[in-house]
Amino acid sequence: MSRLTSARPLTGTPLRGFINSVSNNVALARVHDEAELERFRDVQRLCYRCAAEVAATLKPGVTERETCRRMRRWLRAHGVDDWLHTPFAWFGDRTAFRGFKFPTQFLPSGARLEEGMPYILDMAPVRDGYAADIGYGGVLGENRIWDRVDADLAAYRTLILDLVRERRTFADVYAEVDALIERQGHQNRHRKYPGRVIGHQVGVIGGILPKRVGFPFGVRFLQTIGRELVKERLEGRSPLWSGAARSQHPPTPGLWAVEPHIAFRGVGVKFEEILVVTEDDAYWLDDDLPHVHRWASLEAAR
Amino acid sequence: MTSPVARRRVRGDGVDLAVYEQGDPARPTVLLVHGYPDTHAVWDEVAALLAERFHVVRYDVRGAGASSRPFGRRRYSFEYLMADLCAVLDAAAPDRKVHLVGHDWGSIQSWEAVCTMPDRFASFTSISGPCLDHAGHWMRRNLSRPTPGNLRRAAGQMARSWYIYFFQTPLLPELLWRGGMSKPFMRALELGEGVAARPGHPARTMGRDAAAGVGLYRANMLRRLRAPLDRRTDVPTQVIVPAKDLFVSPHLVGGLAGRVPNLSLRPIAAGHWVPRSHPGPVARWITEHVTGVLGGPLSAAEARSLRRARVRPGRLPFDGSLVVVTGAGSGVGRATALAFAERGAEVVAADLDPESARRTAELAGLLGPEGHSYQVDMSDPAAMEHFAKSVVHEHGVPDVVVNNAGTGMAGAFLDHTAADSECVLEIDLWDVVDGSRRMAERGEGGRVARRGHDPERVAEQVVAAALRDRAPATGTPEGRLASAASRLSLRLGRVLARAGSN
Repeated sequence: MSRLTSARPLTGTPLRGFINSVSNNVALARVHDEAELERFRDVQRLCYRCAAEVAATLKPGVTERETCRRMRRWLRAHGVDDWLHTPFAWFGDRTAFRGFKFPTQFLPSGARLEEGMPYILDMAPVRDGYAADIGYGGVLGENRIWDRVDADLAAYRTLILDLVRERRTFADVYAEVDALIERQGHQNRHRKYPGRVIGHQVGVIGGILPKRVGFPFGVRFLQTIGRELVKERLEGRSPLWSGAARSQHPPTPGLWAVEPHIAFRGVGVKFEEILVVTEDDAYWLDDDLPHVHRWASLEAAR
Repeated sequence: MTSPVARRRVRGDGVDLAVYEQGDPARPTVLLVHGYPDTHAVWDEVAALLAERFHVVRYDVRGAGASSRPFGRRRYSFEYLMADLCAVLDAAAPDRKVHLVGHDWGSIQSWEAVCTMPDRFASFTSISGPCLDHAGHWMRRNLSRPTPGNLRRAAGQMARSWYIYFFQTPLLPELLWRGGMSKPFMRALELGEGVAARPGHPARTMGRDAAAGVGLYRANMLRRLRAPLDRRTDVPTQVIVPAKDLFVSPHLVGGLAGRVPNLSLRPIAAGHWVPRSHPGPVARWITEHVTGVLGGPLSAAEARSLRRARVRPGRLPFDGSLVVVTGAGSGVGRATALAFAERGAEVVAADLDPESARRTAELAGLLGPEGHSYQVDMSDPAAMEHFAKSVVHEHGVPDVVVNNAGTGMAGAFLDHTAADSECVLEIDLWDVVDGSRRMAERGEGGRVARRGHDPERVAEQVVAAALRDRAPATGTPEGRLASAASRLSLRLGRVLARAGSN
């Protein structure tokens, strides 16, 4: 664990001493450390494996709560020891966040899955300090609208990567994503997330706080994000990626969990995976993912 | 082109019947049964149109025209009428099912026929003549649940039936008809129904026909209305409902769907003698119905028309309607197109930007029937004209045109259609948003600021406006239904809902 506690002390602000002392002194990922990236990649793959396996068990009548329980158990059984947030599952028009007014509505409910219903599984576990945050969209059986929205979602993976490579500001990228959503006739659903974020920074999670969960976010993750909010703010940046003024800065090097979420008429689809941003480039952490393969075969079939 | 009419005599049950045939006998047979006090000639226009595609058979019902006039009311009961009908069927189309069409008393007879001998008929079109048993049940139901609406509808039909009570009086009706009632009747027909006399209709034999035909009312009406039988039929049935009918309330179709599983309704803003006043639509609907039943080739517009008429549970208000939305590539236009598609409409999305119009059509296809897209510059009259022409040519006449970009579209569409065939409801989207035409009337332009409107909410308003009865209300339910029926598909939603639920 010594490597995990290697500090990335803040410099250049009068408050640095104070901030460094209250922070948990854990690094966000170093994007040039291939071994470390491999660890992140492993956790992300683990998540997608979990999503695929749990999705395969979904039958009509299963509730969101039961699905989340299955994901938690699966991940715990595979070495997960902490959470950025506990797993989420949304069924039916809850995938489009229809009628969501309070944050508690994001929490798993007793909604039951039916034939033809879309669903989204969203999980963000931590294993040995390495975190992943993924979103997995699917549908039980056939749904023409879901097929369309899912095929449309593929464009965002390319769009976001291209724009980040051009070093456009995060707010710009967000606006371009919005424009594409408008052209496609869909609804932007990631603006319903806390902070209206399309992405957020992830890193190595550690520290002395207990591995507890509060209102579904992991305590250590909240501590990390809180710290980063302060530290980045001092440098005019934010660990949260939205369309707001605080995101009007070029992409910050690091690992970003990017989660475009679009919906049409009560059918929502999202993907979420880690984008590696370096000083002058960017790439998706992993291209060997279910939705990437699905879209590739769609493209090939056209 | 009018095909020659061959006339022959067929022996019915104790009477000679005059039977008239035209069209190719190898084609499907359509049998047209006239009402009271008409003869086969009431169908002349419709028959000529149908003869281009069908073997058309008509006959003078006993007591009318060139057929015998037996004496005594007993000879006019359903038993004899059915025997006559069978005799005509055996003579004209012995080996196959026929497509039956009835008007007025011909329709009443035909209901009896399709309910008692369904295996002889492939389809049935009823015009302005209810099944007496259904009418009896309908009246009982309305009176046993005496809500103001039910009582009003029941009283409406009772008032329309004044002549039926009069016909129960002995001798007096015959004397009146024989004594020269025909002339005033013809005048009333022209004034009240807008149906001018022409050679053949009303027939020269009208005085005698009408006097003899009173037997139809005396022999059957009270018997059936007093003790209605439990009649139902599986024959595919369409009912043409003239909303301005002075003798048969359009509300009589209420509850029909429960007894006729395969039911279609065709409301039309017309009076009782709709085969005379609107032969075009009547012949077209018969052709569509018959072709649909036979599984023949249908154009997109015909298939939609059938879908629109069909009564079925879960029917959407714009099922089978064609809705054109201009400026449909984005924002409010797109939201409106999708809102209509969601309610069953086939959407034509027009926009200056072809890509966005195509996208709207694609999304509409996800929610409802497959959509279509056109690139149109609405500021260019020639382009607009061309657009209207191609829509009518490829998809048929739209039922609703929503102007988001461009104005005066409905006229352009109607320029390319037959005069009596369709009606187009035109909605200016921004007038709906405005809530009124105040600004337009003041010459300030009908537009309001386009910002700050939630597209989906505006779309809901436009759909609601399309569903609302936008014609000047005439005050009476019949008047409202009449003006509503002139919009065909729009109010059809409500008429159909009643037919399915009541």
